Amino acid sequence: MSVKLNALVSDSYVDVSQYRDQHFKGNRYDQEKLLKQSHTLYVGNLSFYSTEDQVHEIFSKSGDVKRIVIGLDKVKKTACGFCFVEYYTRTGAENAMRFINGTRLDDRIIRTDWDAGFKEGRQYGRGKSGGQVRDEYRQDYDPARGGYAPLSLPLHSPYSPPAPVICLLHSAVSTPPHQPCSKYLSGFH
Amino acid sequence: MSRRRHSDSENEGSQPHKRRRTSEPIEIEDRLESLICRVGEKSTSSLESNLEGLAGVLEADLPNYKNKILRILCSVARLLPEKLTVYTTLVGLLNARNYNFGGEFVEAMIRQLKETLKNNLYNEAVYLVRFLSDLVNCHVIAAPSMVAMFENFISVTQEEDVPQVRSDWFVYMVLSCLPWVGKELYEKKDAEMDRLFSQIEGYLKGRVKAHAPMLQVWTAEKPHPQEEYLDCLWAQIQKLKKDRWQERHILRPYIAFDSVLCEALQHNLPPFTPPGHMPDAQYPMPRVVFRMFDYTDAPEGPVMPGSHSVERFVIEENLHCIIQTHWKERKTCAAQLLSYPGKNKIPLNYHIVEVIFGELFQLPTPPHIDVMYTTLLIELCKLQPGSLPQVLAQATEMLYMRLDTMNTSCIDRLINWFSHHLSNFQFRWSWDDWSDCLTVDPEKPKPKFVKEVLEKSMRLSYHQRMVDIVPATFAALIPAEPNFIYKYEDESASSLPGYPASITVGNAIKNRATNEEILAILKEVPNPNQEDDDDEGESFNPLKIDVFLQTLLHLAAKSFSHSFSALGKFHEILKALTERDEGKLHILKVVYEVWRNHPQMIAVLVDKMIRTQIVDCAAVANWLFSQDMAHEFTRLFVWEILHSTIRKMNKHVQKIQQELEEAKDKLEKQQHKRQKDSGDEEDMDKNSEDEEGQLEEQIERLQEKVESAQSEQKNLFLVIFQRFIMLLTEHLVRCETGSVEISTPWYKNCIERLQQVFLMHHVTIQQYMGTLENLLFTAELDPHILAVYQQFCALQL
Repeated sequence: MSVKLNALVSDSYVDVSQYRDQHFKGNRYDQEKLLKQSHTLYVGNLSFYSTEDQVHEIFSKSGDVKRIVIGLDKVKKTACGFCFVEYYTRTGAENAMRFINGTRLDDRIIRTDWDAGFKEGRQYGRGKSGGQVRDEYRQDYDPARGGYAPLSLPLHSPYSPPAPVICLLHSAVSTPPHQPCSKYLSGFH
Repeated sequence: MSRRRHSDSENEGSQPHKRRRTSEPIEIEDRLESLICRVGEKSTSSLESNLEGLAGVLEADLPNYKNKILRILCSVARLLPEKLTVYTTLVGLLNARNYNFGGEFVEAMIRQLKETLKNNLYNEAVYLVRFLSDLVNCHVIAAPSMVAMFENFISVTQEEDVPQVRSDWFVYMVLSCLPWVGKELYEKKDAEMDRLFSQIEGYLKGRVKAHAPMLQVWTAEKPHPQEEYLDCLWAQIQKLKKDRWQERHILRPYIAFDSVLCEALQHNLPPFTPPGHMPDAQYPMPRVVFRMFDYTDAPEGPVMPGSHSVERFVIEENLHCIIQTHWKERKTCAAQLLSYPGKNKIPLNYHIVEVIFGELFQLPTPPHIDVMYTTLLIELCKLQPGSLPQVLAQATEMLYMRLDTMNTSCIDRLINWFSHHLSNFQFRWSWDDWSDCLTVDPEKPKPKFVKEVLEKSMRLSYHQRMVDIVPATFAALIPAEPNFIYKYEDESASSLPGYPASITVGNAIKNRATNEEILAILKEVPNPNQEDDDDEGESFNPLKIDVFLQTLLHLAAKSFSHSFSALGKFHEILKALTERDEGKLHILKVVYEVWRNHPQMIAVLVDKMIRTQIVDCAAVANWLFSQDMAHEFTRLFVWEILHSTIRKMNKHVQKIQQELEEAKDKLEKQQHKRQKDSGDEEDMDKNSEDEEGQLEEQIERLQEKVESAQSEQKNLFLVIFQRFIMLLTEHLVRCETGSVEISTPWYKNCIERLQQVFLMHHVTIQQYMGTLENLLFTAELDPHILAVYQQFCALQL
């Protein structure tokens, strides 16, 4: 008798983004399918000092969290600013996309995106220096993410990052993470 | 317009808008939908000229797309109640141009109304009836037939042996239409309307409102009475009547078209008999109207309409509808709220904040997930940075001042909202304004609130931050550093009976000893409960648990993941140690002892232990109510653990019930298939018989599982309620014999926590009402405690 109005069923925060993990084992179709059913979120732009406790606290607001895997620098084995959050239900993950994505954790706007599912090895940064790719060529000074980018010089940098940078995902480790203790440095927050 | 995004294996990457290779009509239908849904939005021309234009377009499309247009209009009537008068005007214009279409629309609406009632969609039914009543103003429906429909609705109040919530709802429906159509109906049929009114008045006088205290956010009547919703609406309508139905708030585009519309022929509503009461009907629960502001609170600008003005009702209703429509899209929701028509004549920011907090604090539960409101308020602050944050700060201040009489469940939500909100704004707050909380009993609501806020804020940041953000005078309220407390830390503990074993166990774990080896070590741990010369039997040895768990958790204290890993790795040992109930209770005790400065860790460990069946739900409940935890009984983390435990139990039961249903469905399909295929091949018959046999076995097993799970669930509630009754009775008796005031902060917390269990899990508890009434909530119970139970029962009357 009445229709579901497409104009009203908008749920854009839950929509899949344009990012695709280039290391995904499987075809595009499989990846899309997994993303649409996923209970796992990638979380980016974390401070290196954000802890599992903090991530758990904030992401629990949208549903029961099954597992958190903190992303690690492949070389240093320290947190490098991203993580995976897996929920028991799809709804928990959806509500995180709607209401936690784009808000602050540790004073930083964090970003969430659908993830096809954590696999061993995806907990490591894929940048040449061991952290995330996005930190390799950063131009700015970000004290919460190791200061300057590992390869760039603070004085000048005519270097421009290759585009698109979106094709590399950094994943998190399954062995327990070793957190840097420097979070309590005064002056940081 | 946003379309459903479909993935397509032929697509390169993911294109957000898939190119439609479909035929024209579907594109036209989409266009129609978009035109209708978005009429008046983002246009430089007036709403009236947009409506005129759209009416012309639709009239032209009627020959080819009539059914589609009917369906779209029916949908917007049901799903966009905040734009009610826009669409009634549109329908009015169409009716003026095409009488038959008007008639068909009315018929379609009636069919839709019947459907929604059949499907327990009572809120939507109200919107439909309101739409129909506003169609009277657009000359689509004849006033007398609308009055007749109202009379049929009100006749429900004469029914006997029906739940009060049923007749409540019909009365609500009629009253809530009157701001829109009261004037017109009174002009045409004043005698009938007066009769209706006195019937309603009589009904309202006889209503039982035992449920109201349980739903009030504040127990105090000042500064704003928390009115039962029908009482409030009745007062508003009576005032409107006294003002001769003069109402200036509602946007009525149809007024501009009066000359066209009054030429139109009207339709009569068919006689509509309200469907009878069905036992499985789920009528809306009664509500209490949330008020926190009045005209004295907005310092300058337009005046806030009074609590009994119909404007207040309409504004609140519309704002609630906007949130209902757009809650998933926070930016759109904020924008829609802030562009509310007529916003220049009202202190809109205050209304918005009041409506949002009203939903957040709604009892039993908010209409939407709590975190949505936090994020919505942040979006609103972003869009109105010069005005909304101040209103929000003012609201927070007011809520703080009234904490003493605020319902504990609502304080919980306020704590969670405020701490999360602050974490988005660098925890900036004028804490000094709240220094009054430092001079009162720390168990009182205000200092408790600040303490819990700081604790939650710490979870989103870190301990030193808390020290930095509050004045030094607040030091006592800052939470402890969330450090592990290890009993066997160093040499100073060497005199403890478990110390030697703790070293051995610790080394064993570090050297990756097997479970057998560790169990062997634990076997040697002396039992403080056992007589020296009594080697017999395996009486419970708490020290074993203590030594093992303290040491293990100490080694794994670095993070949640480390601790979860540890619990997983030594699951076998932990299961062995907690075979008996005493073991389960003791393990929880040890977890608390080591992590008592880190309640968040306690909660996640308890969660993990339930999920991995190291402890069961009843053990957790018994532990929380035990004497050992009495000093923490008023802390928020205790109740978060309890409610999380109940939820896990409920989900467990639901999961098995679903498995059972699926197995039953499968069997049915199988049997159906066999009947159809029978005689085709003997082999197939044999195979399917085997399959059926297996399914039947599976169903039997699942049936047992369901029964066992439900029994566990019932037992959990019995344990919890029993413990509440014991604690409360003890307190009441002690107060009475000592002639001391009953209402201490502890008592307020405890009795409201009991209410909270009922309210938060009312759906599940309904199943066990009989048992509860027979075993626990009997007439012999202290009236204070029994009152909570009776109020709860009154919610479903």
